Formats: sequence, C-alpha cells, structure tokens
Amino acid sequence: MREMCVATETRTTADSPLVAPGHTTATVTDKIAAVVLQSTPRWFYPAFGASFGLLMLFMYAVTILFAKGVGIWGVNNPAGWGFAIVNFVWWIGIGHAGTLISAILLLLRQKWRQSINRFAEAMTLFAVACAGIYPILHLGRPWLAYWLFPYPATTGVWPQFRSPLIWDVFAISTYALVSLMFWYVGLIPDLATLRDRTQNRIARVVYGMMAMGWRGSAAHWHNHDTACILLAALATPLVVSVHSVVSLDFAAGLIPGWHATIFPPYFVAGAIFAGFAMVITLAIPLRAAFGLHDFITERHVRNMAKVMLATGLIVNYGYAIEIFIAWYSGNEYEQYMLTNRVLGPYRYIWYSLILCNVVATQFLWSAKVRSSAVAVWVVSMFINVGMWLERFVIVVTSLTRDFMPSAWGMYYPTRFDYFTFFGTIGLFLSLMFLFVRLLPMISIFEIRTLLPKARAKEKSA
Amino acid sequence: MTQVSPQRLHGVMAEFDHSDKLIAAVKAVRAQGYTRIDAFTPYPIEELHHALGHHHSPLPRMVLAGGIAGALFGFSLQTWISTVAYPMNVGGRPFFSWPAFVPVTFECTILFASLTAVLGMLALNGLPEPHHPVFNVERFAMASRDRYFLCIESRDPRFDAAQTADFLWTLEPTHVAEVAAS
Repeated sequence: MREMCVATETRTTADSPLVAPGHTTATVTDKIAAVVLQSTPRWFYPAFGASFGLLMLFMYAVTILFAKGVGIWGVNNPAGWGFAIVNFVWWIGIGHAGTLISAILLLLRQKWRQSINRFAEAMTLFAVACAGIYPILHLGRPWLAYWLFPYPATTGVWPQFRSPLIWDVFAISTYALVSLMFWYVGLIPDLATLRDRTQNRIARVVYGMMAMGWRGSAAHWHNHDTACILLAALATPLVVSVHSVVSLDFAAGLIPGWHATIFPPYFVAGAIFAGFAMVITLAIPLRAAFGLHDFITERHVRNMAKVMLATGLIVNYGYAIEIFIAWYSGNEYEQYMLTNRVLGPYRYIWYSLILCNVVATQFLWSAKVRSSAVAVWVVSMFINVGMWLERFVIVVTSLTRDFMPSAWGMYYPTRFDYFTFFGTIGLFLSLMFLFVRLLPMISIFEIRTLLPKARAKEKSA
Repeated sequence: MTQVSPQRLHGVMAEFDHSDKLIAAVKAVRAQGYTRIDAFTPYPIEELHHALGHHHSPLPRMVLAGGIAGALFGFSLQTWISTVAYPMNVGGRPFFSWPAFVPVTFECTILFASLTAVLGMLALNGLPEPHHPVFNVERFAMASRDRYFLCIESRDPRFDAAQTADFLWTLEPTHVAEVAAS
C-alpha cells in the first residue's frame, strides 16, 4: 500500500513533536484502534478485578446506608458535612481538567490537547458520576432526590431558588449532561472507525449503532466541527460556573473560613490543579501499559506539569490571601479560624496539605523534574492527596469550631465513610478500565489532523 | 467493479490515496458542471468544504436561538415559582429577587444551547441514518482510515454511469466503483 502522508516533520512549532515521526493516517488509526480491538492484555484482569472489588465495597456501604441512614457515618452536630461533601468537592474538581483540556484548550488552538482530550473527557464524566452520588447519599432519604428538581408535585411545593444548593443541582446536572454530549459527539467519527475495523460481528453492530451511520461526508465534518467549537465555547464558561457555584455552597454560609469572596476563583483554580494531577496520574501508567508513547509524548507531560504549576501557584496564592484576610479583617472568629487550622486538633491535616500542595508543587519549577514522567507522576500523587486534604480542612475545621465554644465538636470518620470513599475510587477506576478497553482512548480523527500534509508527489517518477 | 443497472445506481465513486488529489478532483468535477457530488474523508478538511462550494452551517444561529430560549425558560421558571406558585419569604427579600436567579438562568442557557448544538448537528447531517448506499462499496470502509472518496450521484443531471466513470478515471484515482442504490 502506498503511503503518502509520511510524518517526516510535524506541523507544530519548535519543541519536540506531538506525534512521533513516521506515522501516517493509517498507522495512527491502526495503533489506537488496536488498544480496543486486540485481545485483552493479561494485566487487565487483576487491575480491573481490584477496582471492581472496591466498587463492590461501595455497593455494600451504600446498601447499609440505605438500610440504616446517615447515622452510620461520622457526621454529627456541628459537623453536618463530613466525608460526603469533602469527596463531592474533590471529585467534581478532578472532573474540571477534562473540560479545560477539551474546551478551553480547543478555543486556544492548543494542538497538544488532541491526544489527551478524549481520555480526559472520559475522566471528567466518571469523576462527575462519583461526585454526583455524594450529595444524594447525604440527603438522608436519597430515594427522594427528585424533589430537588422543579416539577409540579402534588404537595404544591417548589424549590427555593435563592439557595446556592439548588443552583448546585442545576450546575452539576447541566455539567454532567454537557460533558456527556461533548464526549459523545467527539466519539462519533471514531466509533465509525471501530465499526469499519472490527472483525467481531456483535461489536460491529454495537459500534455501528453508536456511530449512527457516520460516513465522513465533507458536509457532515463541517457541521461536526462547528458543533464541537460551539460546545467548547459553551463548556468554557460552564466549567468556570460549576466550581464557582460549588464554592458558593460554602461562601454563602456565615461560617468562618467559608464566608470569603475569593472562594469562586480559588475553587476553580484548585479544580484545574486537581484535575491535571489526576490526568497525569492516569495517563502515565496507561501510556506505559498500552505503549502509546508515540501520541502522549514527553512534551504532553511537560505541558501538563506547567499547567499544574501555574494553577498550583494560584491555589497557593489563595492560601496566602486566606491567611492575610484572617489577620487583616480584624474579626476574631476569622483569626481564630486560622489559629485553629495551624494549631488546632486537625493541625496535622493542615501541615500535610501544605506539604502536598505548596511544597511538592514547587518541584515543578525544575525543567529536569518536568521532563521526567516518573517525577511528574509522583508530584501528581501528592497533589491528588493534597487537594483532598484541602477540602477536608475547609469543610471540617470550619464546622467543628465556629463561633460559640459550647457548640464546638469533633468529626471522626467511621469505617463506612472510608468504605464509601474508597468505593467511589473503585467506581471511577472500573469505569476507566472499561472505557480504555471498549472505546478509543485517544481521539483518532484529531490525531490524523496533526499529521503533516505530505507534498503531492511528483507526477514524473 | 460490479455492474448494476443504471436505474438502481446511487452514483459512481472514485477512491484517492491523498487528500490533495481529492481536492483537485472535486474542483475538476465541479468545473465539468456536476452538482450532485459528495466527498468522504477520514478527518475534517476545511479546503474540501470550500472546494465543494458548501455554505456556512446554520448551526451557530440555531444554537443562539437555543441559548436565548434556555435563558427565557430558566428565568421565567424561577420568577413564576418564586412569585406565583410558591412565594416564600426568605430573610425579608423580595419575592422577585432576580439577582439570585442568575446562576440557574445561566445553566439553563448553556444546557439548551448545548442540546441544540448536538441535536442540531445530528439533524443537519441527517443522522442517525443506519444505512446509506455508499456503504455498498466494499472499499468504502477505508474512508474511516486513510482513503479519500468522491461520489457523483445518479440524480445529477449530467450523470451517465459509463461516461462519468471514465471521467473519474482521468483524475488519478486508485479505484472507481459503481454505487448500488439501497
């Protein structure tokens, strides 16, 4: 077969290439589709099995929760928000990187995003699924969650639209739906590729139905491109709004440590920070497992490390401003909030948070660290933990010691809190493993556009 | 190449191994006066869209309309609930406390606009369309890998199965095939 599109050079500016040299539209297609079409690698079974085991732990914890109620958790008065809300905010933040990569970087024409966007969008979707579960479980009567939506109920009661909690319902459900649609629209051409490549009859029918008869007509591509750009333009303000609304759940309350105007931007930066850390945490092992170094190159790792450093510094600035405002406000409750974080019963959590999010992040200044996949992966793990600790500090230290010392308390998570938390990690990883085996985890058609156009060969040969 | 009776033909299709050849062929075919043509590629090529003489997609205007509808829906829903259906005094604030309605109005705008973008794209493309005559060409499966196809449809006034195929052969294709209808 004659190959015309030989990647002898890349279309990118300086720096190392986005796709390893030597690839053509055919090899790119075959290599990425092979991850799905080849037989299951042996390591997949124990890895998926472990995730699925954690998912079963989640099912167990939730079953007991439904039978007995939220009393099985460590929540109490004054700490009405425990692990459930900590985990909710953590997961939803992780999801934000996927939207940032697929929407904001698309609008900014950052071509390097094209080999990680599909996979990051899937991560968004699964993280939002994990996040969305928590507020519902936390309701006390989760089976009545539909009461949150405005519908003509026989009780005649309607939601109260002056509360950030109802804004959250709209923000999260819109975010989940838009992320799903964006992801699916991007998948359609690749589903058609799988439909045309697979040898398995059942797979061909299923991929065929999901591809909806895509045939790559020029007019179709034009509408598809337009839809993708419009969705990116819509998802960009959406992603900023979602974590802003989440932060308003806190900021609209009067608790010291919550009632701050910096919360929306501080939360959005923290979300992107956490999300990029999770993309790196997943991408580096998956790249190694499936040998996708040609598409997720060192340059991608470096760029993601830079985004992590930039957003991490915004988060660090948020910490500094919290401390400054606590002092500058002259408000004794705000000042005590700070003393309590640094010297109170949860001080070790705060120290670990500073170690993970402030100290560990600074290693990314070094170009040497940024060009080592292992080093970046280790830093990303610190950030995953650090961002979870940050949410814990915000939720728990503020609630347990607010105004009147007589109303203070302590929050201790129970084993069911841990089961539910590790259980959602199992849900997330199970979905992720199924995704990489069933759908192309790198956008094939977008990688094809990254290949340089070969000059038309001379007619005289 | 399978022979099909002319009435049962969807068109004639040429296969190219390079996008530049396809674009040149599209220009040549249009110069010959053919109008009912379609091109198929493994990835979007903007140049091809212009070469085919297609106009801008109406999708952006549809999405704008969807967004405006969403904003009106979200805002009026909240206004009606808060002032008519279930007026509730929260901290002495007015029932029509519009600044508090902004976040949900915004989310509804994005939701409706995004739904319009996705459903509009599918509708404009006529998807889902489980079967299409072009799939009758066996080699067409390569359109989702690394081959570029050009189809001249039989409903074109200048279409003539034999002549059109001969003409396509002059454009440096690797294959030319008749496309059976249905």
